[in-house]
Amino acid sequence: MHRLEEIWLALSGGILIIFMVIVGYQGFALGMNPPSNMETIDPQKVDEIEPFDEPGVYKRGENEYEVIMTLQTFSFNPGDIEIPAGAEVTFTMTSKDVTHGFQVAGTNINAMVMPGRIQKITHTFDEPGNYLVLCNEYCGAGHQLMSTEITVK
Amino acid sequence: MAKPLKDVIRDDPKKIFGLNTADANISKAYLSTAFITLLIGGILGLLQGLQRAGLMELPAFLNYYQVLTAHGILLILIFTAAFTIGYLYAGFSHTIGGLLPKVRKMAWTGFGLILVGVVLVVATILFNEASVLYTFYPPMAASPVFYIGLVFVVLGIWSNCFGVFINYNHWRKNHKGQVTPLFAFFTMGVFVLWFFGSLGVTYEVLTLIPWSLGWKETVNVMVSRTLFWSFGHTLVNIWYIVATSAWYVAIPKIIGGRLFSDKLARVVVILLVILNIPGGFHHQIIDPGITESIKFLHVFMSVSIAFPSLMTAFAMFAVMERAGRKHGGKGLFGWLKKLPWGDVRFLAPMIAMIAFIPGGAGGLINTSNQINQVIHNTLWVVGHFHITVGVSVVLTFFGICYFLIPFISKRKLTPQMNKLGIIQTIVWTVGMLLMAGSQHMVGLLGDPRRTSYTTYGDHETALSWIPYEYVMGIGATLLLLGIIIQVYAVFNMMFFAPKGETEFPIGESEDDALPTPLWTERWSLWIILMLMVVAMAYVVPIVDFVVNGSPGSPPIKTW
Repeated sequence: MHRLEEIWLALSGGILIIFMVIVGYQGFALGMNPPSNMETIDPQKVDEIEPFDEPGVYKRGENEYEVIMTLQTFSFNPGDIEIPAGAEVTFTMTSKDVTHGFQVAGTNINAMVMPGRIQKITHTFDEPGNYLVLCNEYCGAGHQLMSTEITVK
Repeated sequence: MAKPLKDVIRDDPKKIFGLNTADANISKAYLSTAFITLLIGGILGLLQGLQRAGLMELPAFLNYYQVLTAHGILLILIFTAAFTIGYLYAGFSHTIGGLLPKVRKMAWTGFGLILVGVVLVVATILFNEASVLYTFYPPMAASPVFYIGLVFVVLGIWSNCFGVFINYNHWRKNHKGQVTPLFAFFTMGVFVLWFFGSLGVTYEVLTLIPWSLGWKETVNVMVSRTLFWSFGHTLVNIWYIVATSAWYVAIPKIIGGRLFSDKLARVVVILLVILNIPGGFHHQIIDPGITESIKFLHVFMSVSIAFPSLMTAFAMFAVMERAGRKHGGKGLFGWLKKLPWGDVRFLAPMIAMIAFIPGGAGGLINTSNQINQVIHNTLWVVGHFHITVGVSVVLTFFGICYFLIPFISKRKLTPQMNKLGIIQTIVWTVGMLLMAGSQHMVGLLGDPRRTSYTTYGDHETALSWIPYEYVMGIGATLLLLGIIIQVYAVFNMMFFAPKGETEFPIGESEDDALPTPLWTERWSLWIILMLMVVAMAYVVPIVDFVVNGSPGSPPIKTW
């Protein structure tokens, strides 16, 4: 192999390894892994199974909230959520029909919500404001209408 | 490896100038199909761009999601497949001295199967029975005819795969102790990856047919999605190998240089074949049901594909620098000025290669755990594949046309056509910069992909995306103009350009190049290694989906 090529490849390999170390450190040491919840559910009986038989916003502790949410064409249940600023919120979600995406614009909240699977994602809203929640996986004719809002006070 | 040019011309003039008519007809048929498909797909692309920006309304009988499904399938599947077969079969035939009669028959059989498949798929989309997009994620269920059409397309591609395998082995048997020509090696790499990469999705589609017919009640959504992506992203890398075949083989000749290293090019092909299939998993980074450690393993497996690409980057710049210096380029960058910028056969692939720098960097972003979460399913992703596929791959395809089509139709590349090609390249580049550039930016702000025009009830965040969407619309308009010029150029060169001879540029090795070792030809070993890598990536998650999965989903129509 060419001498300069060896240097180039060693540098390239080195950068890729550093890259992997950073991704691994962030994931496993800092707990910044992507949403990967492992629980399953029967997608045809979501309404009968706890906790999805009663979707809603629940206070789980000092400054901690859990939103139990079902996604279906073409809405989020519950919608128009209110949360105090600085609270840590866990969204526990599943789909009643096809695959949906759960994204809160302007934050890092972004997760796939699939039928048959329970998905969780946690976020702390520090900034007060009105956040747009939207479905970012095509789910049918009304996909572009599937949105709601989170108000942080 | 090559005989001096003049000896080759004396022994077999056809090898340099033109292709035998029977083989040329195969390529003409596939390339015509490719560019008619491109024109239709491009018109659909413009309709989409204008609808998305809110500049026009689509009629109810042809809505945004129908247009999006057809645009995706026609361009991602049909245009690229037809171009790849037309181009590779011509170069393959040219470098190994003609196709076997039975291989020709297989190519025509494949052509018929693909056409039947396209008609079935497009018809179901037009009847609004298949607005399921290119990914057709279950449990969203299209008409069974749509899936049956896809099976025909795959069978057509496989027919061409087996044709290449047969002809390649035939050549090897008759040339004991020799390495195959580099172009033929690339061809083999592409078709091996195509065949093995499409096995997963074929299994998926075969399970969806009885399910959509109602013979089978439910389908495992996670398994289907995973099998889809084992193919969905491999396809991207298939085009990328096709494009690099021109970078490695044709560019050195066009710029008056020599191959950098024949062995290095082959090692790159082997690595791309072995490493590619698990790369699709990064589409599932924010999915439930896959553990964090499996996802991390997949980040590693996807990132490793960058390594052969970085080897390619080095090799290409080395070729260009050497050629530039040979022609008198001085100083650190003087050699750049000596490159034939006015030759469309160089300019188009050169811009394609430059686009691969931001394209590759964007790819690393998409494939890594945390950053993927920021851009997943936003317009960023659409921008990423328009810069990689739309520029790095397709602009290389366009550049190839300016020697390939005169070569197969025994006509001349005129200076006027070259000039038109330069204009086309500039229009295309500017169009893509505007469109992909604004898509990248607005994607970072959260604007979702695969969504028709919406302001989400005039939410201020969504309203702030509109200006970027206007720029996308302007880019899309330029791109359709570029397609019209390109399609005109292709058919002009195929049927109307002055008769004459055009060379298929095949780069030669440096005089002092070391012989390429024969171990590079051990395809059975590369295939075993590839299957091992695939097993490493997929056995654990797929077994987990099946064993610990939930009850499946029935078919659902939501449009």
